[in-house]
Amino acid sequence: MKKKIGLIVNPVAGMGGRVGLKGSDGKKIHKMALALGAVPVSPKRTCEALNVLSGIQTKIELFTYPAEMGQDEAVLCGLSPNVIGSIQKGKTTPGDTIKAARDLEKTGVDLLVFTGGDGTARNIYDAVSDRLTVIGIPGGVKIHSGVYAANPVKAARLIIDFVTSPSKIALQTAEVMDIDEEMVRQDKVSAKLYGYMKIPYERGLNQSSKAGSNPKDEMFQDEIALDVIHNMDPKVIYLVSAGTTTKAIMDKLKLEGTLLGIDAVKNKQLISADLNESAILQLLAREPETPFNIITTVIGRQGYIFGRGNQQISPAVIRRVGKENVIVIATINKILSLNQEPFLVDTGDPELDKELEGYIRVTTGFGKQHIYNVSS
Amino acid sequence: MKGIKLKKYHAPKYDEPLIMEIGVDGRRGIMVPQVDKEIDDTVGTLEDLIPAKSQRKKAPALPEIDQYHTLMHFLRLSQMTLGMETGIDIGEGTCTMKYSPKVNEELVRSPQMAEVHPLQPEKTLQGILEIAYELRNYLKAISGMDEFCFQTGGGAHATYINACITRKYFQERGELGTRNEVITTQFTHPCNAATPSTAGFRVIILPHKNGYPDLDALKSVVSERTAAIHMTNPEDTGLYNPVVDEFTKAVHDAGGLCFYDQANANGIMSVARAREAGFDACHFNLHKTFSSPHGCEGPAAGAYGCTEALAAYLPVPVVTKLSDAYHLDFDRPKSIGKVRSFYGNLPAVLRAYAWIRSMGPKGIKTTAEISILNNQYLEHLLSQIDGISYPYAEGKPRFEQIRYSMAKLKEETGLGSHEIQNRIVDFGIQSYWLSHHPYVVPEPFTPEPCETYSKEDIEYWATAIEQACKEARETPEIIESAPHNQAIHQIKDFSQAEDADRWAITWRAYKKKTKK
Repeated sequence: MKKKIGLIVNPVAGMGGRVGLKGSDGKKIHKMALALGAVPVSPKRTCEALNVLSGIQTKIELFTYPAEMGQDEAVLCGLSPNVIGSIQKGKTTPGDTIKAARDLEKTGVDLLVFTGGDGTARNIYDAVSDRLTVIGIPGGVKIHSGVYAANPVKAARLIIDFVTSPSKIALQTAEVMDIDEEMVRQDKVSAKLYGYMKIPYERGLNQSSKAGSNPKDEMFQDEIALDVIHNMDPKVIYLVSAGTTTKAIMDKLKLEGTLLGIDAVKNKQLISADLNESAILQLLAREPETPFNIITTVIGRQGYIFGRGNQQISPAVIRRVGKENVIVIATINKILSLNQEPFLVDTGDPELDKELEGYIRVTTGFGKQHIYNVSS
Repeated sequence: MKGIKLKKYHAPKYDEPLIMEIGVDGRRGIMVPQVDKEIDDTVGTLEDLIPAKSQRKKAPALPEIDQYHTLMHFLRLSQMTLGMETGIDIGEGTCTMKYSPKVNEELVRSPQMAEVHPLQPEKTLQGILEIAYELRNYLKAISGMDEFCFQTGGGAHATYINACITRKYFQERGELGTRNEVITTQFTHPCNAATPSTAGFRVIILPHKNGYPDLDALKSVVSERTAAIHMTNPEDTGLYNPVVDEFTKAVHDAGGLCFYDQANANGIMSVARAREAGFDACHFNLHKTFSSPHGCEGPAAGAYGCTEALAAYLPVPVVTKLSDAYHLDFDRPKSIGKVRSFYGNLPAVLRAYAWIRSMGPKGIKTTAEISILNNQYLEHLLSQIDGISYPYAEGKPRFEQIRYSMAKLKEETGLGSHEIQNRIVDFGIQSYWLSHHPYVVPEPFTPEPCETYSKEDIEYWATAIEQACKEARETPEIIESAPHNQAIHQIKDFSQAEDADRWAITWRAYKKKTKK
């Protein structure tokens, strides 16, 4: 049976970059970009991926939105897409991306492919949450989200494997991140973790008996959670940071933790969920005698352990808890996705960032830690 | 490569059932004669000899099949299988797949070896004990260690023994409560992380810096919690850690022990010794470096060696020599105990002894040198193939193997190391190994052209890789659907290997799961 592939192109993604606008979100900025002579980037990036797909044309059924939102790119690359929905040509908005994602979900696509940047990923996430398997073709100015392949050709390879060799593929969760573009234009970075979507990745399956198949990412998360729980001290309050790796701890403890928030756990019980900075500081003030630990994880492909997706854990919080009481956990796949680049910290306090630099222990499995370098 | 013609090869293929599915009720291979009455009267009946609790109530469900059809069945299976001596087995890196002289097979099949019984009195085992004792002496000279034992059944087993000895050592000193961490490196063989973990230690894995283990990371992590470091050198990247003595010093300064995994010893024998690098213990794989044949996961033998300070903890028995007689010494109160039945894999010990004797000290050094030379020649050939590279430490020499990457080929064609692996067997080559997990080097493969391969063999192997990479670009469908010349083709649905409801490793489980 043919696999149904959905395609959404955000035709204006990537326009702000070359003209120095740090993003293209918002009508005014888009107009400014056009005035500065920006040219669309995402159609070209989409075609770089679609051209590789021509070989599996007969094995897929492609569904997309009209004109520049996918139809034009597909036809240009010699594909014959089923076109659904309607748009106002040349005047597409984030609302169209959201509508397209919802419509494509209704057609029952097996995989949703989209081109854009962090804003586009957010729109897709708003529309379909983590219900669909997705893969992003990087076409935007800002790419902080882990849902994007490293380049269009790599996205296409994943699509091909997804269609032709599904057993080579496993799913993992990847971050939908976005930074406030207005803040960036003022040279202040304030990235937020919006959620997680499922993306395919190649597992490296092997028939050799000498080193069999690589375990799935979720098995590592499970092992890490077991380790953290095994070493929990009933006297300590654990501030569990955002992410799927940390969430696995809450799941294992059968606690209603939050995926994107900071939760406090003591004696394997949830004492408070989704704390913001002031709530954490209040908790710390209320418990002056209690030792605290922070459990944080790394943002895939970015490397941040503090300052992205967990700004609630502010410099004041880290100083009060003490850097020696920070437990960093990460799956080995996440660590390898950094290509040797160090973990990063950007707490907003350069002095604290310096103090957090150096080698740290990262829990990567049960009774297993990797040593990794932190840089600011 | 010019002038090299790849072999035309096709594996025979039989639609062969499982042995449990063949046979006819009541058919026998051998009619076992009745026991003589005299023996029966002296020894007693089988029922008398086997405790009632251990006696089966029902006969086992074995296939009922005669000799001829049993032989036919297994010969067919063997014909469908490639072997290291039907092709050029350079691909199985870190396994040191060297050719093993057949004269040594005659030795192990001689009655003096083949008919040795594990319960024979020690004084009737003097020959093989002398051989074990002499092998101990040779390995002492090669490594600088003070004592050796041959109890372990393989390399990972030897690594595990080290973890057990480390545990016992610190237990005796009352330090086990605090010393609960064993350090290893990213490119050290993974059994060095797994076995201390099994022995109850927490495991710390050091990152690498441009391919070399990161000394600063080690210094940041050694403490009063450090029990030991387990490391390979050279690692599977082929890079020899030039400051290995600083690693052992940092661990010793913190009060820990140092273990050297010498599975990759082929390029350093008689060149560098574990003792001088500061190690307290090491192991060799007799089935790799010392030419006891292996493959199909056995029969292996790990030789575990240590310094005088750790010798008391060795597993029993240890072969000793007292006033011209050889003994199996079980009286070692601090020993970690038994780790294997009887005396270890003695045929592997005999083969290693015979190989060392035939090579001599100069021959062993030549072995190391040629294995490095061969590797550098293969590197020269593979480097000319578009799409292949190897990362880290550019310009630094590699030892006996290299971990290459097909990342560029994958990027450009969508076909990478897994796909090439499927194709290589079509050229009559049994193995092409990628890497241990995790794949730090993307799209990896790890050939090791041991000293026994000729220049032409190396050229043949490189030509096979070159041909497969060419096909990936020009006729990708050949690679995608490979292997073509094998008895078994691609496993279409790999997920069944991970689904406990769909795989079975015993006939009984198979029947249960398929409801036959």
